Amino acid sequence: MTKITMTVNGKAASADVSDNTLLVEYIREHLRLTGTHVGCDTSQCGACVVHVNGQAMKSCTMLAAAAEGAEVTTVEGLAASKDDLHPMQLAFKENHGLQCGFCTPGMIMTATDMVKRYQEAGKELTEDAIRHELEGNICRCTGYHNIVKSIQDGASKMTTA
Amino acid sequence: MYTTKYHKASDAANAASLLGASPEAKILAGGQTLIPTMKQRLAAPTDLIDISGIAELRGVTIEARKKLGVLKAKGGETITIGAATTHYEVANNADLAAACPAITGLAANIGDPAVRHRGTIGGSIANNDPAADYPAALLALGATIHTTSRDISADDFFTGMFSTALNDGEVIKSVSFQAPAAAGYGKFPVPASRYAMVGVFVAKSIDGDVRVSVTGAGDDGVFRHAGLESALTSDWSPASAAGVNVGAEGLLSDIHGNAAYRANLIGVMAKRAVESA
Ligand SMILES: Cc1cc2nc3c(=O)[nH]c(=O)nc-3n(C[C@H](O)[C@H](O)[C@H](O)COP(=O)(O)OP(=O)(O)OC[C@H]3O[C@@H](n4cnc5c(N)ncnc54)[C@H](O)[C@@H]3O)c2cc1C
Ligand code: FES
Ligand code: FES
Repeated sequence: MTKITMTVNGKAASADVSDNTLLVEYIREHLRLTGTHVGCDTSQCGACVVHVNGQAMKSCTMLAAAAEGAEVTTVEGLAASKDDLHPMQLAFKENHGLQCGFCTPGMIMTATDMVKRYQEAGKELTEDAIRHELEGNICRCTGYHNIVKSIQDGASKMTTA
Repeated sequence: MYTTKYHKASDAANAASLLGASPEAKILAGGQTLIPTMKQRLAAPTDLIDISGIAELRGVTIEARKKLGVLKAKGGETITIGAATTHYEVANNADLAAACPAITGLAANIGDPAVRHRGTIGGSIANNDPAADYPAALLALGATIHTTSRDISADDFFTGMFSTALNDGEVIKSVSFQAPAAAGYGKFPVPASRYAMVGVFVAKSIDGDVRVSVTGAGDDGVFRHAGLESALTSDWSPASAAGVNVGAEGLLSDIHGNAAYRANLIGVMAKRAVESA
């Protein structure tokens, strides 16, 4: 067992976990933040993406112990309240960017990370760039088109730089 | 996942001693290969030695070339990349992009953003996946791999599919190479995994030596291609690369493509690699 301490969605979180606990297991099973999903066991689908110290990472491919001291943001940490969604969440809602919704938390966490990186670097987030950036996120429903549209819309309403 | 004991190493020497202390211990860097393998129960290390936070293993340094002899237009700097440097950090290093754009471009196309945020160059070469990108780059650039006990040339380091010259208890600290006069990488990714179906890295040193390496295609991992090297030594041009008759002998046949298909792709990727150089 290892004692881990981190900040999740702005709140201190701490627990004794077995050393082979994945970050996603800690998030879902210990913290009961079930917005972060698990869609595969090969690190390929991206349903589990969260931000660790401001970078998108697959929480299924990381040990909880390796996130010791980190700042973690899950999809639950994006919106200020239920009625005050993050611009990227609103964009997915308004552009029909989801159907079953299983991939959506990972898509939104990947999207907010890519927009932040492109804005900070002063680079234009073109449609091609969005598709390239979505390489690690699989959606079985939408055909991606509306996800790309959602991200374009969300990006235009986000200011991170 | 089987049970394991997690250790956070304080520096490279500490990582090596923790690694040497137990026969079934493994280094954990970005975990982008090791964790999925452990989840599938294909690996069961008793101990994991986490090196991801070690400052002395991270970062890129570029040392200006010594002004001996005739000044060449480009290349010659000594580039050193720490083993725990992530693909993202390599891809976004502006000085490195100026000195050797082929390697920053290669890093920018490994896997996906989340993999690049965690995966490291040391983990990639220690694993020596037969379809990984970095082994091709380091072999063609004639890199040196610096470990906690010695320096190993890339020619000696990559010893076959998933195998390297690393001994038990040996930890990679960094890799270094001389910035090439010209270099390029052509990669045809497998659409599902993004690993290379075929990747060809071409490099011309400031002394005019040409080295060409191929990943994804060999049935025993990354290898140098003598035919492409001699063609590009006499004429460094896309047409010269495309004119080489690449045989299918020793190439991989699998669900994604047979040896003849890969042989053809080697020619096409070599041509694109020279075009991009
Ligand atoms: C979805 C996905 C797509 C990918 N696509 C690509 C791709 O297109 N091209 C590509 O090249 N790779 C790809 N990868 C692999 C990725 O690049 C990995 O990051 C890399 O292979 C391993 O690096 P790591 O830091 O994650 O190593 P880890 O997984 O932590 O370790 C891998 C192995 O190396 C050993 N090791 C690590 N560091 C050291 C060290 N310093 N000294 C000694 N031994 C060490 C470990 O013990 C382990 O055996 C992909 C991975 C995923 C999950
Ligand atoms: S659950 Fe993490 S990538 Fe699929
Ligand atoms: S909306 Fe169903 S998987 Fe993407």
